[in-house]
Amino acid sequence: MELLPIHILNSLLYASTLFLIAGGLSLIYGVMRIVNLAHGSLYALGAYVTAWTIGQLAGGAPPSTLYALLPVGAIAVAAVGAIVEPTLLRPFYQRAEEYQLLVTFGLLLILEDVMRLVWGPYPLSASQPREFLGGSTIFGSQYPNYNLLVIGLGFLVAALLWAFVYRTRFGVILRATSQNMRMASALGVNVKRVYVQAFALGCFMAGLGGAFIVPIQSAVLGMGVDALIIAFVVVVIGGLGSLEGALIGALIVGFVRTLGVILFPEIELAVLYIIAAAVLLIRPIGLFGRA
Amino acid sequence: MTTVAATSALRSLAYAIPVVLVLLVLPYIVTPYQRILMSYGLIMAIAALGFNILLGYTGLLSFGHSAYFGLGAYAVAFMVKYLHVTSMELFLLGGLIATLLVTAVFGFICVRYTRIFFAILTMALSQVLWSLAFKFFWVTGGTDGLRIPTPTILNGLVTVPKNKIAFLSHTYYYYVLIVFVVFAALMWVIVHSPFGQVLQAIRDNETRAAFLGVRVRRARWIAFMISGGFTGVAGILWAPLNGLTTPDILYWPFSGEIVFLTVLGGFGTFSGPIIGAVVFNYLKTYAVGLTVYWQLLLGAVLIVLVLALPTGIMGTLTRLTLKIKGASPK
Repeated sequence: MELLPIHILNSLLYASTLFLIAGGLSLIYGVMRIVNLAHGSLYALGAYVTAWTIGQLAGGAPPSTLYALLPVGAIAVAAVGAIVEPTLLRPFYQRAEEYQLLVTFGLLLILEDVMRLVWGPYPLSASQPREFLGGSTIFGSQYPNYNLLVIGLGFLVAALLWAFVYRTRFGVILRATSQNMRMASALGVNVKRVYVQAFALGCFMAGLGGAFIVPIQSAVLGMGVDALIIAFVVVVIGGLGSLEGALIGALIVGFVRTLGVILFPEIELAVLYIIAAAVLLIRPIGLFGRA
Repeated sequence: MTTVAATSALRSLAYAIPVVLVLLVLPYIVTPYQRILMSYGLIMAIAALGFNILLGYTGLLSFGHSAYFGLGAYAVAFMVKYLHVTSMELFLLGGLIATLLVTAVFGFICVRYTRIFFAILTMALSQVLWSLAFKFFWVTGGTDGLRIPTPTILNGLVTVPKNKIAFLSHTYYYYVLIVFVVFAALMWVIVHSPFGQVLQAIRDNETRAAFLGVRVRRARWIAFMISGGFTGVAGILWAPLNGLTTPDILYWPFSGEIVFLTVLGGFGTFSGPIIGAVVFNYLKTYAVGLTVYWQLLLGAVLIVLVLALPTGIMGTLTRLTLKIKGASPK
């Protein structure tokens, strides 16, 4: 039982990265009604870009400056998003969902191989930021300070995002477009621009998730495909399109998974999918979804 | 009505008979490698036909058909490992029963929803099976998978060559071809039956179909079971051909492949998924042979396809022939 605080911290750590991935997925669905199957690969891209940048500069630069490099991955992914939305996704808003799913599936295949092409098949790690911060003793157990930082940053981003969506002018426009795209357009909102911004913001969050996690675990091929399906579980539990839902969903999944690894390791993943299926059955719009 | 159905049947046969004849003489023309490749294509065609009764005829997009393909394959592997069965016919029977049982449960849950929620729910359920196959390695072999030896055919009535390549490229090729023809004909009958018409009515206007007295959810459930059963049969046939079954065929990107090949062929037509499966199989094999970055190539093909040719190969061909026919009398 003395490990309990560590388990709780690990759950929070997992939840904070999951929130970044799933929050972006949910935001994109909420505004544009597109389920982005490539979202996990964008998270992986953020991890790769960050690991690569840190790897390039780690030798010369003082370790403390490396933290400034963490957002580089997120910005790169946001830039990719800003290119992808108008070129690939825009032609599909008026078309059936199967085409939207297929085009993002095509994007997933491409992104996975671009990462293989650029960074090769081997894991790419960047542990310097974690090592530099050292660890603290929490209730008699060692815990890396960097992990605590990520937990804090995850919740900080959640708070900033909430303020951004509910307390700024852009947030009002975003919510108006999400509720009724035609009406917003008629009132003078440049819907095309809002879509690009929303998609880039969603991508930024996914990239940030990847950037935060890469000092803890290496960037590997396939991490995006694995992450997407867990992000789906999160948004299904919380409600597609709801940011509060993504936060609660991430916390639920984070704790269930940590608990699962301790108590029922064989079926920990199955339990998550079954929870998602059960939520879909009992409350298809999710715990925080709106009809 | 009967005459319309009869002309439709005759027209379909006029296309089907030459194709089947070519497939029958194929082993005498092409190399064993090409025949094995064609067997994979025909197997995927059965899976795609099953998938398309949901997408093309009922209007439901499943992103979890890897589950039923994998169920068929793993049912065969379990029968080999735990019951020491070697008969191909018993594989088909046992595998089909196992697939149908699970499909009945999954389908009962999934058909309560449509559109995006249907897609996500089918995906979530398929991932339950994937994670079980992945984690219970002492039962399923985990990522190492389970081996499937050469089966016996018709209780030894057909002699099985000792040489594995000879078996797969000749005996098993014909076995797959026969099963394919039987199931393709069965699917043709299903979609042209009154039940098939009901499914299309649901696809086009659910509310109207319900007012006409159609029990929508039940019809969708039956379509789901037919769909899963066909895809299961494909998995059963695939297992001895591949010789090994791994959790990859249960993982969700494999479901994406099934969607991909159906859209490639064109889901608006009966023959589209068949063409799509065979073409996709060649495309993937050559892309894999050509470069390690084959996913990049396939992804690009997929995006171009949905952007430029959303009706797939068959839809585009039909439009072109109509254009030529329409232009010629002038």
